[in-house]
Amino acid sequence: MPAVFIEKLQKRYGSVEAVKDVSLSVQSGEIFGLLGPNGAGKTTTLRCLCTLTEPDSGTIEVSGISVVDNPRQARQRLGYIAQEVALDKVLTGRELLELQAALYHLPKATAKQRIAETIDLLGLDEWADKRTGTYSGGLKKRLDLAAGLLHQPDVLVLDEPTVGLDIESRSTVWNFLRRLREVGTTVLITSHYLEEIDALADRVAIIDRGMVIASGTPSELKDRVGGDRITLRIREFSPTDEAQQAKSLLESLPTVQEVIINPAQGNSLNLVVTPNSEALMGVQQTLQKAGLPTFGIAQSRPSLDDVYLTATGRTLLDADLAAAGSRDAKAEKKQNMR
Amino acid sequence: MSSTLTPSKNGLSEKPLATLSQPNLVGEFVQETLALTRRLFIQLQRRPSTLAAGIIQPLMWLILFGALFQNAPQGLFGDRISYGQFLGAGVIVFTAFGGALNAGLPVMFDREFGFLNRLLVAPLASRFSIVMASAIFITTLSLIQTAAIVVMSALLGAGLPNAFGLALVAFIVLLLVLGVTGLSLGLAFALPGHIELIAVIFVTNLPLLFASTALVPLSFMPKWLQVVATLNPLSYAIEPIRYLYLHKDWSFSSIIMQAPFGNVSLGGALLILVGFCTLTLISIQPLLRRRLA
Repeated sequence: MPAVFIEKLQKRYGSVEAVKDVSLSVQSGEIFGLLGPNGAGKTTTLRCLCTLTEPDSGTIEVSGISVVDNPRQARQRLGYIAQEVALDKVLTGRELLELQAALYHLPKATAKQRIAETIDLLGLDEWADKRTGTYSGGLKKRLDLAAGLLHQPDVLVLDEPTVGLDIESRSTVWNFLRRLREVGTTVLITSHYLEEIDALADRVAIIDRGMVIASGTPSELKDRVGGDRITLRIREFSPTDEAQQAKSLLESLPTVQEVIINPAQGNSLNLVVTPNSEALMGVQQTLQKAGLPTFGIAQSRPSLDDVYLTATGRTLLDADLAAAGSRDAKAEKKQNMR
Repeated sequence: MSSTLTPSKNGLSEKPLATLSQPNLVGEFVQETLALTRRLFIQLQRRPSTLAAGIIQPLMWLILFGALFQNAPQGLFGDRISYGQFLGAGVIVFTAFGGALNAGLPVMFDREFGFLNRLLVAPLASRFSIVMASAIFITTLSLIQTAAIVVMSALLGAGLPNAFGLALVAFIVLLLVLGVTGLSLGLAFALPGHIELIAVIFVTNLPLLFASTALVPLSFMPKWLQVVATLNPLSYAIEPIRYLYLHKDWSFSSIIMQAPFGNVSLGGALLILVGFCTLTLISIQPLLRRRLA
């Protein structure tokens, strides 16, 4: 039985189809990543899962319990960490955890022991008895994590857990999620950061415009796209004609499948090559023969961005920028308010 | 920080026992309601300015507004009583009303800041505990304010009802506060944001005061305003309290208000208040059920 099972989920807000067709299955004990640009329907999917929004149609189960039919039992098994940390700034961290423990009906003695454990676990000892209004962003997130874990949920659900965090806090959250996996907690995480999903997730579903467009382990997905990537810089900033010249030279090589000039990166060249061949050496030799210098060259496997690019014809960054322009922040805030 | 991150094996891997035991809904409801109420009282304790203002404001009403009409001709506000004695009941009710009308604001802020989501993803026995906690908090606050006003107006020379009379004053305040709190909490879920809620509070507050018997007796008003004032639930809280203050020998059949449509007895006014309270609490049920179920 999967820890989370979602089938044919649909949810619209007025004329906006936030989720068109999302199906996914999260196995017990894994970190499952939901990757997609802003506005793809990730948050709506999580809100449906965590009983904050009622789906229009589809099945959602947590450990076999339908969240629509048995919301209370489902809530007991879920821990939800919203993207925006909402704390009561007048309460201390410990008081917030005490409130949280009561909302999940932990008996007093259990609550006390769990709160002490969780405070220790997240390194909050120094801060537990200070008001949350004095916390930094990373500290707030840690307290929020502590609150979500207090009742020992089967599945911890995190919506964009590292947006707006500094690098150190981000790696703290990453390490913490990995340790949770070690002790068998299932983690479902959304992100629009490729490297986050790549670093953490055992399996991933890529979601775009309310639909799952690819799913599998990150390396499966990359293998499916095929080819290795070579990023080449002739000079730090190459003139366009030189880049064009190199492009036509390299395209004639048998190991090179595609060459794209990226003007945003100083006319660097992005190559798709046959994997595990001597493509890299071939490229270097060709440039040498033509008398062109090499400022930098690197070979890599395809990234999840390439997976996204292949499926949608645009990069995640482009999609994010496009989404940012077309979103209605006010309408979205309203959707998320109850 | 990395050294403190290692989860204790037995701490996180064992399944929660609470889910296996038979749920005790009543006990759980009490537990969550108390925890939510505690939060509101912690807020009050750390930000006591609300309570301070809530006590200073009625005091100002009593002193300043009382002084404003001090030189009014004797007998204008009833037989041989001063305006200060007349005003006490109005200030008690108006203060309690104002407090209850604001009850929805903290809930609205919880909605806007996402704190409410924290409560909604939790397996609450009933989400009415959220509403219940606000009601307990506001009624306690109102009773504290009422006690303060009663003491202050006694010191200013308005006298005191007897013990049973005082209990009845508390009961009347309770009924009004419950009804208005219900209304305000309903608005907190029906309106889009705190700006709109504050606008509604603003528009409701003073007109309801002026269109009641808080500041002047019914006989003082033009006919049309008399009709409005006797339709205003506030009058049905003010007049009984005023009567209890001015008459040692009251009974439930005492006539407390001569409305254009007939005489209203003390018992009748109480029934109308009970009706008002029941009506508002019932009328917000569908809305709360839709937003919270």
